[in-house]
Amino acid sequence: MDQLRKTWQVLRRNPMAIVGIVMLLFVLIMAIFAPLLAPYDPEEHIDVAISDILAPPDAEHLLGRDDAGKDVLSSLIYGARVSLMVGFVSSFFSMFIGTTVGLVAGYYGGRVSNVLMRITDFLMVIPDLPLMLVIISVWGRGIWKIILVISILYWTYTARLVRSQVLSIKERQYVLRARALGANNFRIITRHILPQVLPLIIAQGVLDISSSIIAESTLSFLGLGDPTLISWGMMLNFAFERAVSRMAWWFLLPPGFAIVWVSLAIILIGNAFEEIVNPRLKTHHLFNPRKMVSLLMGKPFLVETETSPEVE
Amino acid sequence: MQRSDYFIRKIGFAIATLVVVIIFNFFLFRILPGDPVKLIIHSPRMTREAQERIRETFGLDRPVWLDVESLKDGDFRGAFDTQFTAYVGNLFRGDLGVSFATRTDVAELLRERLWRTVVLILLGETLAIVLGIGLGLLAAWRRGSKLDTGILLWGLFTWAMPTFFFGIILIMLARGFLPVGGMATPGLRPADGWIFWKDVGKHLILPTLTLTLLYMSEYMLIMRSSVVEVLSEDYVLTAKAKGLSTFEIFRRHVLKNSMLPMVTIIALTLGYTVGGTIQVETVFSWPGLGRLMFEAVQKRDYPVLQGTFLILAVSVILANLLADLLYTFLDPRVQPD
Repeated sequence: MDQLRKTWQVLRRNPMAIVGIVMLLFVLIMAIFAPLLAPYDPEEHIDVAISDILAPPDAEHLLGRDDAGKDVLSSLIYGARVSLMVGFVSSFFSMFIGTTVGLVAGYYGGRVSNVLMRITDFLMVIPDLPLMLVIISVWGRGIWKIILVISILYWTYTARLVRSQVLSIKERQYVLRARALGANNFRIITRHILPQVLPLIIAQGVLDISSSIIAESTLSFLGLGDPTLISWGMMLNFAFERAVSRMAWWFLLPPGFAIVWVSLAIILIGNAFEEIVNPRLKTHHLFNPRKMVSLLMGKPFLVETETSPEVE
Repeated sequence: MQRSDYFIRKIGFAIATLVVVIIFNFFLFRILPGDPVKLIIHSPRMTREAQERIRETFGLDRPVWLDVESLKDGDFRGAFDTQFTAYVGNLFRGDLGVSFATRTDVAELLRERLWRTVVLILLGETLAIVLGIGLGLLAAWRRGSKLDTGILLWGLFTWAMPTFFFGIILIMLARGFLPVGGMATPGLRPADGWIFWKDVGKHLILPTLTLTLLYMSEYMLIMRSSVVEVLSEDYVLTAKAKGLSTFEIFRRHVLKNSMLPMVTIIALTLGYTVGGTIQVETVFSWPGLGRLMFEAVQKRDYPVLQGTFLILAVSVILANLLADLLYTFLDPRVQPD
C-alpha cells in the first residue's frame, strides 16, 4: 500500500502522466455514461432515406451518419465501452498469468523454470496476429474469446520481466531472514517478493492495455470481431468497406483516432510508471536497449532498485 | 558453455518450436465442432456410400491421433496409420491440401503469393531499418534538438497507431495521386514488360510507405538510446583523447557497437511485422500471403488458413534462429549463458 501511495505521488508530479490520465478519464467517463451522453441509441430501429446514408455532419448529427444511416457519434461513444472493456480485462488477465509464471519460474528455478521459460519463448517467437486469426476463425467470434486469446498471448513480457526481478530479489537479506524465521514459500512470495515487483507489473500491465485495445480493433477490422457489439475496430471494418470510396471521413477517422487517443493516453501513463520503476531513465527515451537485450538474453537487468525500499 | 553447445541448443529450440507449431496446426483444425465432411457435402441427396467414399479419400475414416485398438493387438504399423501421420507425411511431400473455396492446391497458391509478400516486407523493412538507424544516429548526435524531439514524438505516435488505420489515412491522403489498391492496373500483364513493372512499382509505394513509416520508429528509438549509451563508454573518451574527429569516432567506434542491439530488435519485431503486413495487404488489396489469409478468414477456407499460418510461423522461427546465431558472430563478448 505504501508503495502504491509513493507511486501515485511520483505519478502526480509527472506532467505527461497527468495529460495521459486526463485523456483516459475523458474516454472512461464517455464509456460509463454512454446512454446519457450519446444523442441517439445505436440499437434503436430507424427509418432510413437514401440521402441519410453516409450523410455528412450537420447540426443534428455532429459526426454525420454511417452506412446504415445511424449517428456516428453515438456509435463512437458506445464503442468506447467495448474497447476499454477488452483493454482492461485482457491486460488484467495477461498480467495475472505473467506474474504467476514469472514468480514461480523465478522463485523455484530449476526444471520448473526451464519448462515455463521455454513456453514463454515459444509464444514470443510465434507471430501474434496470424495465430489470433487462426484461433478465432476456428473457435468462433465472440468478445470473451477475443479477450481470452489476447490474454494467453500477451503475458510473455510480464513473465520474463517478473522472473528476472525475482531472481535478484530472492537473494536479498530480508528474504533469507524470513525463510530462516520459518516463513513458507507461499508467504515469502506473496509478502516479501510480490510487493517489490508490483510497480513493474503495473507498468507493464498499463502498457498492455493499449496493445490489447489495438489487437481487438485489428481483429475486428479484419472481420473477426464480436458481431453483436459495436467496437471502434468494428466501425472501421464497416467504414473501410463502404466509406473510403465516398471519402466519408466523418465515418472513417473518428473511430481510428479514438483508438490512437486511448493508446496515447495509456503510453503516457505507462512511461511515467517506467520512470518510477527505473529512475535512471530520467532522459526521455521510450526504450532502453540494454534492458531489452538483457531481457531477451534472460538476464536480470535491474541490479539497482533505488525505488524499492529494502524492508516494508 | 561452448559456442557449439549454444548453437545446438538454439537450433534444438527452433526445431522443437516447429514441431509444436505443426502439431498445433493439425489439432486446432481437428477440434472443429461437427463433421468436416459436411463442409464438403452440399447436397442431402448424396448417398451414404458416396459420403463414406469422401471420408476415405480425405483419410477421415482413420483415427485422428493413435489407433489404440491396433496397438493392443501389437500391430504398430496399423497403430500409426492415422490422420496425423498422413498429415505429417503430406507436409513433407509439400502437400498442404486443397482449398475449400477455389479447389486449387494450397501449396501452389502459397508459392504464387509468397514472393509478393517477401518483396513487400523486404522493401518496407530495409527502408525502415536504414531510415531508423540514420535518424536514430542523428537524434543521438543532436540530443535535445528539435529533430530529436520530433523523432521521439513520432515514436510515441506510431506506437499508438494501429497499422491498418495508418494505411487508411494514407489512402485518403494519396487518393488521386497514387494507386491505392491491387498489384497492377487491370489489363496490364507481365508480358507488357517495363510498363507493367513500373505500374507494379507505383502500386507498391503506399503499402511500403505504411510499413516503413510505422516500423522505422522503433528502430529509430532503439538506435538513439543505444548510441547515447555507447557515447558514454570509456573507449569513446579514449578515442576523443587520441584526437580522432567526431566523424571518425562515430565511424570506427560508435556505429559498430550501437548496431548490436538492432539485430535482436529486428528479429524480435519480425513477428510483429508479419502481423503488420497482413493488415497492410488487406487495406491495399496487395495479393500476397496476408491478403490470402484475410480472404481465407472471410470464406472460412480452413486448408488455406492452415497453410498460410504454417508458412508465416515457420519463416519467423527461422529468421529468429538466424538472428540468434548472427548475434554471437557479431558480438564475441556474448557469453552464451
